[in-house]
Amino acid sequence: MSGTAGTPAADGPYDLLLLAAGDDVAVAVRDLAAGPWRTSDGRVLRTSGPVRLGHKVAVRDIAAAEHVVRSGMSIGSATAPVAAGDWVHTHNLRSDYIVTFAHRGGEA
Amino acid sequence: MTTSPAPLLGYPRSDGRVGIRDVVAVVYLVECARVVADAIAAGRDDVHVIGFGGCYPSAYAYRMLEQLCTHPNVGAVVLVSLGCEGFDREALARTVAASGRPVTTLVIQALGGTRSTVARGRAWVDATRARSARGRMVPFDLADLVAGTICGGSDGTSGITANPVVGRVFDRLVAAGGTAVFEETGELIGCEHHMAERAVTAELGAQIVGRVEKAAAYYTAMGHGSFSPGNAEGGLTTLEEKSLGAYSKSGSGPIHGVVTPGQPIPAPGLYLLDVVPEGPPRWGFPNINDNAEIAELVAAGSHVVLFTTGRGSVVGSAVSPVVKICANPETYRRMSEDMDVDAGRILEGREGIDDVADEVLDLLHAVAGGRPTASEELGHREFVLTYKSSEPTGPACLPTVR
Repeated sequence: MSGTAGTPAADGPYDLLLLAAGDDVAVAVRDLAAGPWRTSDGRVLRTSGPVRLGHKVAVRDIAAAEHVVRSGMSIGSATAPVAAGDWVHTHNLRSDYIVTFAHRGGEA
Repeated sequence: MTTSPAPLLGYPRSDGRVGIRDVVAVVYLVECARVVADAIAAGRDDVHVIGFGGCYPSAYAYRMLEQLCTHPNVGAVVLVSLGCEGFDREALARTVAASGRPVTTLVIQALGGTRSTVARGRAWVDATRARSARGRMVPFDLADLVAGTICGGSDGTSGITANPVVGRVFDRLVAAGGTAVFEETGELIGCEHHMAERAVTAELGAQIVGRVEKAAAYYTAMGHGSFSPGNAEGGLTTLEEKSLGAYSKSGSGPIHGVVTPGQPIPAPGLYLLDVVPEGPPRWGFPNINDNAEIAELVAAGSHVVLFTTGRGSVVGSAVSPVVKICANPETYRRMSEDMDVDAGRILEGREGIDDVADEVLDLLHAVAGGRPTASEELGHREFVLTYKSSEPTGPACLPTVR
């Protein structure tokens, strides 16, 4: 893991990648500890906990039952209120098609 | 397109297609003949084992093996039969012979068992190889190529880096007159209406929507979607999130048609391979693993398969080379010997999607010219074919509009 809590890494232009303008979530480009990180659209977002590479954090507050948009398309509905900076995964997002099957809620 | 200027040379086949490899396929027609087939192929890089393990006949397995035995990368065929299985070995041998390829059928029960059949098979392969070494090669270019794509071991990086790279490669391959195949309607759930807008006719668009709905119903009956625990551990939360990442492999161009497994692609363009059977589920999951899908992409005519992975896969394939495009920079560093392309550098902002797409096109050119891929060098020649029901698509799925 590069970077430590509260210290944005200096070896890349951003830490959280927003895939499309208007997306509700951004993707961690490396394993990140809790803390303020740079987004690819030039903002700073404080993550509320660690986020692993490839995982998502909310870039805005999301209400329960709201659709969550990534790459401009809905990837499911929030099952609980999500605050900006929270990790978004199987504990607070569900498919609108077929239920996700995962060990330990996908927490690895 | 940044392809090297060197002309490509390939193996001409009687149907006009050109092979980028000249493989002898040793085909077991029931599991009982598999060890004999393995022994015939043992120790030879250009002799690949494919086959079907079931004893009962299957129209799907027959069509698959027919397409594979007459695949442009295959130059000769050894059919290995135990003797009592249900597979129609005579019909397959006739089809292969009609394609101009050398073919022999070895029936283990008639030849006196394991050793004598292996010896006969190895001698036939030696003699056939010696003759084919004198064959002429012909020039070809990317317009003659068929490339398939599959993602396996996907994670949150796949849909951001490697899959869009393949999409870009597909756009350019099809623009150059080539053929590209993407697949797994069950992994495109949520993208059906977007795909329909890309279809060259409204009728084809309606077919695509219906086929994705069929896939959703099928997977619902199976109990869960095409989504493995590793996908979730890698950061993918829902099937539709995985879908939109997988979908980006198809690029942005028009979709020219839909084919089903065992059905050859009729003309250049971009095709969706619908791997989900018709009707109620009968033999389990549409494909039990990535290699069953790769076998179907190859049977569709793919000379090469672009395999994107985030979590890390090591597999290759019989008959056609597999190019491994690694989406995740950490996986690439950990498993680089199994990877051909490091697309994770896009994630780290080191290069753009077009830069990596250029590299893949250059590599595609080199592999078409004979350079072995990582999985070929490591000896990966996986092959999986199981029971399935599938029906070839009709004119609604194959409009002639370009």
